[in-house]
Amino acid sequence: MSTETLHHHDPLNAHATDGHHDAGAVKVFGFWIYLMSDCILFASLFATYAVLVNGTAGGPAGKDIFELPFVLVETFCLLFSSITYGMAILAMHRGESSKVTAWLGLTFLFGLAFICMELYEFHNLVAEGFGPSRSAFLSGFFTLVATHGIHVTSGLIWILVMMTQVSRRGLTATNKTRLMCLSLFWHFLDVIWICVFTVVYLMGAL
Amino acid sequence: MSQTTTGHEGASHGSVKSYLIGFILSIILTVIPFAMVMNGSATKTTLIAVLTLCAVVQIVVHLIYFLHLDSSSEQRWNVVALAFAALVIVILVVGSLWVMLHLNYNLMIH
Repeated sequence: MSTETLHHHDPLNAHATDGHHDAGAVKVFGFWIYLMSDCILFASLFATYAVLVNGTAGGPAGKDIFELPFVLVETFCLLFSSITYGMAILAMHRGESSKVTAWLGLTFLFGLAFICMELYEFHNLVAEGFGPSRSAFLSGFFTLVATHGIHVTSGLIWILVMMTQVSRRGLTATNKTRLMCLSLFWHFLDVIWICVFTVVYLMGAL
Repeated sequence: MSQTTTGHEGASHGSVKSYLIGFILSIILTVIPFAMVMNGSATKTTLIAVLTLCAVVQIVVHLIYFLHLDSSSEQRWNVVALAFAALVIVILVVGSLWVMLHLNYNLMIH
């Protein structure tokens, strides 16, 4: 976590050892537990999608509506945002707060591009009459992909908040803990997206 | 977490090099499945096998290079939580599909 905390405690025991800085490590561990429960939320939605994927009710199937080059660009937006967030974390460990803000800004732009592309795709589908109410398949598709989209949107808001916090208060221990949590969140969303593009888009296009 | 402990700056937080390795591996593991599906020459079984393999490997790459999971003692509880989540996920997904496919079969939907 923060650079000055070079302890040898296990995060679970940190509380007992009364380290102020260890509180940060415990928070990050707690956030990790939250992410694992979020994994289970996504797993339920993936299971639902997989059960409903053939229920097209005479409407379009995946291969009729998915545009893979478009999804590939979306994927690269998220991938680029992951590496720029990584650079922000490295700048944080070097204590360069202006660079942290700059890399966060770049991460925000890639994430925003991803969300705009997703909204554009949803808008087109709904405009063509293929909204979530069209078939069980489309309900499952919209629920799963939009839940990921809402997570990314929350991440974007969080990035804006952190840019403000870092520029106003600098790289305090609290801000470092928050940036570490956001790092886990942001990379975790990319991991979920790997499952989305593989299971939904690529396997749907077969 | 990993970041707290080792005392070797860069070793546990990752470095530019480790992020770039992860990034390049991710690009390769993304482009391969997209190219194979868009090209469309392989059989469906081959494609599903390759897609699954690339996704699993890419998830592991992300866990190691971006989320910095490793086998060190500081990371043990993170890994334990992840392993437990993975177990729940497998039960959830495989169980749902198994039950629902049998339901469809018994109701002769397919």
